[in-house]
Amino acid sequence: MSDAIEVKSVTRVFGGNGKGPAKALDDVSLSVKEGELFGLLGPNGAGKTTLIKILATLLLPSSGQVKVLGYDVEKEVDKIRPRINMVSGGDVGGYGLLTVRENLWMFSQFYGIPTKEANERIDHLLKLFALDDKSNAKVRTISTGQKQKMNVIRGFVTEPDVIYLDEPTLGLDVNASFAIRTYLRKWVKEQKGKTMLLTTHYMVEADELCDRVAIIDKGKILACDTPINLKRMLRRSSTFDVETTIFPEIESMGRLAGVEGFQVKQLGDKVVTRYVVEQESVIADVISAIQSKGGKLTSLSKTEPTLEDVFIHLVGRGLE
Amino acid sequence: MESNWTSPWLFLVYSVVKPIFGTLILVFMYLIILGGVQDQTLFSFMFIGNAFYMFVAQTMFGVAYVVQEDRERFKTLKQVYIAPISYFMYIVGRAISKLAITALAVVITLIFGVAFLNVGVDLGATDWLLFGVGLFVGLLCVVVIGVALAGITFLTARHSSGINEGIAGLFYLFCGVVYPMTVLPSWGQTIGMAIPFTYWLEMMRRALAPGTDFSAISGLGGYSNLEITALLLATTVVFLIISVAIFRYADHLARKKGKLDMNSTY
Ligand SMILES: Nc1ncnc2c1ncn2[C@@H]1O[C@H](COP(=O)(O)OP(=O)(O)OP(=O)(O)O)[C@@H](O)[C@H]1O
Ligand SMILES: [Mg+2]
Repeated sequence: MSDAIEVKSVTRVFGGNGKGPAKALDDVSLSVKEGELFGLLGPNGAGKTTLIKILATLLLPSSGQVKVLGYDVEKEVDKIRPRINMVSGGDVGGYGLLTVRENLWMFSQFYGIPTKEANERIDHLLKLFALDDKSNAKVRTISTGQKQKMNVIRGFVTEPDVIYLDEPTLGLDVNASFAIRTYLRKWVKEQKGKTMLLTTHYMVEADELCDRVAIIDKGKILACDTPINLKRMLRRSSTFDVETTIFPEIESMGRLAGVEGFQVKQLGDKVVTRYVVEQESVIADVISAIQSKGGKLTSLSKTEPTLEDVFIHLVGRGLE
Repeated sequence: MESNWTSPWLFLVYSVVKPIFGTLILVFMYLIILGGVQDQTLFSFMFIGNAFYMFVAQTMFGVAYVVQEDRERFKTLKQVYIAPISYFMYIVGRAISKLAITALAVVITLIFGVAFLNVGVDLGATDWLLFGVGLFVGLLCVVVIGVALAGITFLTARHSSGINEGIAGLFYLFCGVVYPMTVLPSWGQTIGMAIPFTYWLEMMRRALAPGTDFSAISGLGGYSNLEITALLLATTVVFLIISVAIFRYADHLARKKGKLDMNSTY
């Protein structure tokens, strides 16, 4: 199979603001195969949206080469645009004076889709995402989540060969997210040659949906593999959830020798800390350090590595 | 400006009534200051020029406003931008709808002028060929300059309406809209002669008011209708090339600098 997306040594710098230019992407290379559902996972500001904007022909790379469907994003946009689409989660765009259906129809016209065909697709998708009762409502009167669903539909109405979804389920309720995830999986798997690049904050979403995942932080790709292989990376490390009372300088625990990853969650007057450690014996040092700082251990459990642990391991911190 | 219009009807009325009032206020100021129409030729000159200038002002502001509105109010700019329809053509389409609305205002203004102010428009004697060619080329020119301004709006968030007003103001100043170009110093006249709207307005006046002789005041009396048409065409071609180049460059720069989904509120 050929590559639908090819990114070679791409760097993107944004204007300096006096503090020296910031590298949103720093020498990023990756490729996504045709028919693949590819995930980009990374904390805020990692560069996910920047990469998607470059792939969607909205933004030029500062250096490096990017090809989509074999065409250069700088020089061959006319070849690329008819075959791609993009939806961002925060996206609540739409012409307020038009109805949901008119909006979707209008965008289908920008892609030259015959009205009859467009209307059939629109009807089908509106039903699928439970938005059919709002099809004749003016866009300015519908809720934020409904606007977002409309935008997801806008992305699929044009039946692109490559679609970019930037946190498509952000802020949607459980049912809507589920409906969208199910649709995304089916869309890629049941049609030939459809490629999807997805960014998400939800580890489970990435784990469940994606064929491959790239973990990105501070503009650099830290790892890129199937979720199973990524989790296998941690086979030798161990993951523990340690519940304690609150004690001072919790954050310093992450710097103990042998601790590879560290994430703290406060639950009432307790703290649950996840430690990814080099080997099991390190956890003994962790516990004695807790006690020496005045913390009381209330529970300790070993867990199976999840994609989130891989993330914590690589990025050194959790997503939230 | 055109924000918060909930009903398309209200929007239409507003789009038509506002420019008409703008034009008529100027006319009445003229009448009050001079205590009535002193010179019917000059008055017709001003009235017709002013009426057609509505196309320039309304469309040029309108088109650049489309970019701002799509980007910041509807948040559809990037969605339209990545679609296969060229953004250039999309803007042209939006500009033509602006022209259509403005045409209504221009017609109403002219009818008012003829009915109540004795403006020398004579439809019976109108040179329709001159009018048709002139109107078409002039409006084409309005649209392409609008597209160039739309391109510049890609790059500027807050100051773009200032730029548009500045450019529309320059045209107003140099193209013999409300006063004949001949009152300008010679360098001003030279600038005026390089702008298509100067010839366009002259053609509209000659075509619609063949009974009025503007040759003594317009500064363009020495040119025949054919020569004026040729001058309009030639300057329009130059403006067209410049406008397309500006749009393309601005488009490239916007992608390079990442300006296509910025928001002036942050
Ligand atoms: N137009 C811009 N001008 C200046 N800096 C920018 C611009 N767009 C993005 N950046 C910077 O580039 C970096 C990457 O941003 P990006 O939006 O790609 O992150 P992200 O991974 O999508 O984050 P999030 O999860 O919060 O959406 C950030 O540090 C951001 O401040
Ligand atoms: Mg983002």
